[in-house]
This record gives sequence, structure tokens and C-alpha cells, in this order.
Amino acid sequence: MHPVRKQRLLLVLFIVLFSSAAIGLVTYALRGNINLFFPPAEVAAGMAPPGQPIRVGGMVAEGSVRRSEDSLLVRFDLTDFQASVPVEYEGILPDLFDEGQGAVASGRLNARGVLEATEVLAKHDENYMPPEVADALEKSGYDHKGNKQ
Amino acid sequence: MIPEVGHFALIIGLCLALLLTILPAWGAYRRDAVMMGLAPGLAIGLLVFVTISFTCLAVAFLQDDFSVKVVASNSNSLLPDFYKFSALWGNHEGSLLLWGLILCLWISAVALFSGQLPLLVLARVLSVMGGIAVGFLSFSLFTSNPFERILPGAPADGSDLNPLLQDPGLIIHPPLLYMGYVGFSVAFAFAIAALLGGRLDASWARWSRPWTNVAWAFLSLGIMLGSWWAYYELGWGGWWFWDPVENASFMPWLAGTALLHSLSVTEKRGLFKSWTVLLAIFAFSLSLLGTFMVRSGVLTSVHAFATDPARGMFILVFLAIVVGGSLTLYALRAPAVTSRVSFAWVSRESLLLFNNVVFLVSTLTVLFGTLFPLIMDALGLGKYSVGPPYFNAVFVPLMAITAPVMGLGPISRWKGDSVGRWQSELAVPAVVALLCGITLPLLGREYNLWVALAATLAAWLTLGLCRDLWNRVRAAASPLRGLRRLTPSYWGMFIAHLGFAACVIGIVATSQYSIEHDLKMRPGDREVLAGYEFTFVELANVRGPNFLADEARITVSRNGERVAALAPQKRRYLASGQVMTEAAIDPGLFRDLYVAMGEPIGEEGAWAIRLHYKPMVRWMWLGAILMAIGGFTTAFDKRYRRQRTPVRAGAVAEAATRAG
Repeated sequence: MHPVRKQRLLLVLFIVLFSSAAIGLVTYALRGNINLFFPPAEVAAGMAPPGQPIRVGGMVAEGSVRRSEDSLLVRFDLTDFQASVPVEYEGILPDLFDEGQGAVASGRLNARGVLEATEVLAKHDENYMPPEVADALEKSGYDHKGNKQ
Repeated sequence: MIPEVGHFALIIGLCLALLLTILPAWGAYRRDAVMMGLAPGLAIGLLVFVTISFTCLAVAFLQDDFSVKVVASNSNSLLPDFYKFSALWGNHEGSLLLWGLILCLWISAVALFSGQLPLLVLARVLSVMGGIAVGFLSFSLFTSNPFERILPGAPADGSDLNPLLQDPGLIIHPPLLYMGYVGFSVAFAFAIAALLGGRLDASWARWSRPWTNVAWAFLSLGIMLGSWWAYYELGWGGWWFWDPVENASFMPWLAGTALLHSLSVTEKRGLFKSWTVLLAIFAFSLSLLGTFMVRSGVLTSVHAFATDPARGMFILVFLAIVVGGSLTLYALRAPAVTSRVSFAWVSRESLLLFNNVVFLVSTLTVLFGTLFPLIMDALGLGKYSVGPPYFNAVFVPLMAITAPVMGLGPISRWKGDSVGRWQSELAVPAVVALLCGITLPLLGREYNLWVALAATLAAWLTLGLCRDLWNRVRAAASPLRGLRRLTPSYWGMFIAHLGFAACVIGIVATSQYSIEHDLKMRPGDREVLAGYEFTFVELANVRGPNFLADEARITVSRNGERVAALAPQKRRYLASGQVMTEAAIDPGLFRDLYVAMGEPIGEEGAWAIRLHYKPMVRWMWLGAILMAIGGFTTAFDKRYRRQRTPVRAGAVAEAATRAG
């Protein structure tokens, strides 16, 4: 074979092998490391798989935040005003987490239907609403204060 | 009055940008020297008017002109002056104006420092950059005018800058990042000019190399500052979240890294020409994509501002024109510029090719992870999010295979080398590196295989570099003369590669050895973490210029000796009522101690407190700074300023004709 062609063939082979290895790595990494978003109404309807990593977003229900006296455990409800999902989180909540504000919790649903969250995200400035929460509220037909639209 | 002047100056700027796009390009097409000669003057004029516009907005911010909408919604009369100034780019409209200003700075820099460029090339480059300026200035004017007034009924005071952005890091993070982002437009413009002219030779690579290196250095600094800011300001002690917007700045950096290595092959050996052009297009397109993702509000991210869809649409169309146009041009012209200079498989070229493939694949995997949620959402398949585990699982192995090859790079020869020579040169560094890998983790908290691997790789990189330096110095009559004979290009490479090694060590050591405790503490409580005893002494109320804060006073001691006094705060900003955590850090070269306050718990003055022990975390940022210094150093190389060295230019011209 012509040396230039041989070199080119080797190069192509190398790139093909390397890219397939990379694609393999990507698909492997993607399985189990992505999680799907569910509005509270869908969780209540049983559409969210228990034990799988998921995210749930909505407004933190007024009067629902209860802190433990002797640990960092916090319980609260996320609501889209159609249904609400109880969430348990152990750790420090973000600064802008508050009742009546939007938040997204990621974690797994346990057998009792409680979302055991490993991470809670709140909005990061006063005028901003996480797009998922806005979307969930739009689906439920309520605005962020719980008024029917 | 002043905002109107600014608005008007911006309109004139847009007109000048239009002229800059059209006239030199027309001149280049007709080979009309007069029209082409207009380009530098227009570029300077553009800079002048955009600077006037920027200054007017800055004055509006400093004078608390709350009748201007941007000022009213992002500033406050209580804000210290330097934050009033930086509030200018703490919002969508102002940051776009900053983007425009920086683009104009780059355009003028090209116009001023390219005396050695043929007029034809200069005219084409400036014209392409003018086109980009038209895009951004019209984006600014038509969809996000920073000078919009609220009249009548201007508010008495502004609603304040987001407290997260009231920080010295944020004064310089966006300008540096934009310098990098926008700097890739120079490499892009050179690539397009070369495609237009149909001549992609080594001189083209030599012209665009210093610009690319400097842009890359700015981008490295910008990313590093962002990471550092997130670390001390967000209060979680994290330094990289694989947040989509972080990825948006990281992808151009990865592609830029590939580009500057590929440019070196194109310059020295006349190879990979069309590949380099493609990378230049790719790097700048990723910068634009980053802008689109940040500015369109399609992402959930700490960087997203509340925005309207028209802006996203505008950038998307602009992106489509730039990417589509340049790829079409590439498809039409690139086959004419392929080269057939051959090289052996054991050579520096193939190592650099490996670098290119790895960095490009890393870019694509990050791109995939970032766009995956957007694509799934657009197809209506659900709202997914791709978390850090995905990126770590993909990115870490890719970087781990780069490092061994990177150690071979500096010492190997162009065109052809031999495995035997590699063995004889690098046997000692390899053995010493392995020894480092085995012994260094013993200094850590416990033996850790990842740290052992990182130490081996970093030592391998460093020792390989030292071996190469020693070879070069030894060849000269005296060591001093040998050192002085080394070029800035060489030193730049040396420093940047050292920086990479420092980064590897820092990232792995801090990821593996960090300890975090979140706990409830009352004044008087103690907690021991990694041998450091943290004592919560008292709780105090503090008043800042525009906030009230609860402050926890915590002392740290080790073996009975006092190490530091830390005072993290929980601030409530007066204007917005927003609450923010201010972490307290005791920094050190080998470890950081990090304390942040959560929220009050119960009645007795107890707080949720977050304690971190973070070993070697500074090495990562020091590494990034070294990389940036390396990038800047290369630009000082004399060969970028000389007209043309007759010998090398001759050889290259010969290679080019052979190729053609």
C-alpha cells in the first residue's frame, strides 16, 4: 500500500477506535447518572419510579417546613397546588430557600412516598424562577401564589 | 442626557461596524488598496464610540441615575462605588455592552499590532471581525438596550445588585472571561480570511498563534476566577459543579487548547492545515453557543438571568449564520488547502495529533452532556438533568490518558523520532515518577490510589519537562547561555505544562482528601476535623455598609496551638432583603480550612455550621494561573513580530508549493 494511504488508514482506524471507546464511556456514564424531572402532581399520581434518582420541583408549601431540634434534618412539602410531595433533607439549605418560594429537590422516593433529597436547589435571585418549577406550575394551572389562573 | 449620548454613540458604533464589514471586504474583492486601507481607521473609530457608550453607562451607574432601567434594577445608592461600577456587567444588558467593548478592543488591537500583515489579509480579518461586531451591537441595541429609561416615574432608589455579585472576584471575572471568549474571534477571523484568500500557509498560522494563545490565557484566568469565586462565595465549598454555564466557558477552553497545539504543528511543519481552520471555527462557535446558553434563559443555572425568548432567538439565528456560513465556506475552500507533508508515527506531530483528538473528544462529551437535557426537552421526552457523575466518569479517564502522552511531547522531535531515544531519555524520569507516586500519598491523610496515580502523572510531566530543559541547556557552551537561548515560546510551553501538572495534583488531592462536616453548633461547642479543633466562641451582630449580619466567631487550634480565627457571616441585605452566606476561609498552600453558616436551629443560639478541611485546593488555581502565564509568555516570542525570517519562510513556501 502507498505509505501516505497507509498512514491515513491507520489514522482513521485510530480515530474510529478512540471515538467508539469514548461513545462507550459516554453511554456507560449516562446510564444511572441522569435524572428525570417530575412535577408534584405526577409524583402523587404514581408516575415517578420509586428508588430511582429523580428531581421534583414546585413551591415550598406555606407552613410545611419543620426542622429537627437536634440534627440538620428538615422536612417540607413541595407543591404545585394540585398535589404535594413530602421531602426530607439532611444538611444545610441554600440561602434563598423559604416557604412560598420555588425549589427543586433531587433524590429518591422511598417506600413511604417521601422524597429523600440529596440536594436542594432554590432560586438564586429575587426575580428568577427555576424553569422546571415555572413549567410545573403552568401544567397545574396555578400561579406561584396558588391562585387559579 | 448622558444615557442618550451613550445610546447615540452605540448607534454610531453599529454604523461604523457595518462600514467596517462592507468596505474592506469590497476593497479586498476589487483589490482596491484605498478601501482596504480604511479598515484600521474604522476599527479605531468603532472602539472610540463603543467606549463612549460604555463610559456613559458607567457614569449612569456611578451617579445613581435610577431613571435608567438597568441601573434601577441592578444598583442601589447604598452600594460602594466599585460595586456600582461592576454592577454594570452584573446584568444581561450591561454585560452585552461589555462584550461589545471587549470585541472592539480586540479589533483595534489587531488593527494596531498587525503591521507585518499584508494589507489584503488585514482587511479581510478586520472585515470578518466587523461582521461579528455588527451582530453583537445590533443584539444589544435591538433586543437589550442598556440605556432604556423608566420615564415617567423613576424609582427613588434602585433594587440593588444581587448580593452574590457584590464581591471583588466578580469585578474582574466577567471581563477576563469575555477577553477569552471574544479573543477566539481573532483566530476565527484569521481562519475565515485565510479560507477567503485560499492561502493557508505557515505564515497564516504564525499570525494567528499569538492571538490565540493570549485569548486562551485570558479564558484560563477567567475560568479560574469563576471557580475560585464559587468556592468562597457560594458557601458550599465546591469549586466546579459542571453547571451548564461553567461548561459553556470550559468547552471553548478545551477546543482552544486543541487549537493552539494544532496551530503549532501548522506553523512548524505545515501540517493539519484544514483541521486547524476547523478547530478555529469550532472554538469560536462554542464561545457563541456559550453566550446563547447563558443569555437565552434555557438553562437552570446560577448564571441564568430572567430573560425573554426574543434574545435567545436572536443569538440562535446569529449562531446559525456564523456556524453555517463558516462551515459552508470551509466546505467550498478547504479541499484546496490540504497538505501532503508526511510524518512518522513516532514523532511530535503524532503526539500533538493525539492531544487534538483527546481534547476534541472531551469537548464533544462535555457538549453532549450539556445539550442532552435541552435536546430531550425540545423533543418532549422529559426534563432530564445530567449531573457531575456523568462528567467525572467521562472526563477524568480522558485527561488521565492525556498526561502520559503529554510527558513525551516536549522531548520528542518533529518529523520522526525513535522509541529507543524516548526510552533512554525518559527511563529515569519514569522510574522517579513511579517512586513519587508510591511515596507522596504517604504524606496524605491515608493512602489513596487516585492520589498515587495523580502524583505519578504530575511527576512524570514535570520530570519530562526538566529532562528536556536539561538537554537544551547542556547543549550550550555554558548553562546560563543555554537558558538565555531558550525562546519565550519554549518557556510558555514549559510554564503552562507545569501548571497542568499542578492542576492535576490539586484537583485529585482535594477531591480525595477533603472532609466536610455539617453539624449543629452552639456557642461553646467544639468539633475536631482532620486534627484541627474548631471552637464556636460566640455569636455577634455586625453591620456592614449595606447589610446586617449574624457573625459566628470560631477559633481553630491544632495540638493546643492557635491556628486561625474565622468569622463567617449570614448577611441580610437591606435593599432587597436577600439573605446570603459569607464563608470564612483560612487559606494555605497545603490546606484550606473553610467555615460557613447554615441557618439558626432551635432556641439557644445554635446554628447549622458547615466545616471543611480542603487539602491542596489552591494548587488547582495556581496551576490555572501558571497556564495563563504560559499563554501570555508565548506571545512575547520575537518571531511573531519579525517580518519574515528568510530561511524558514523559504522552506515553508517550498513546502506549501509542494503541497499545493
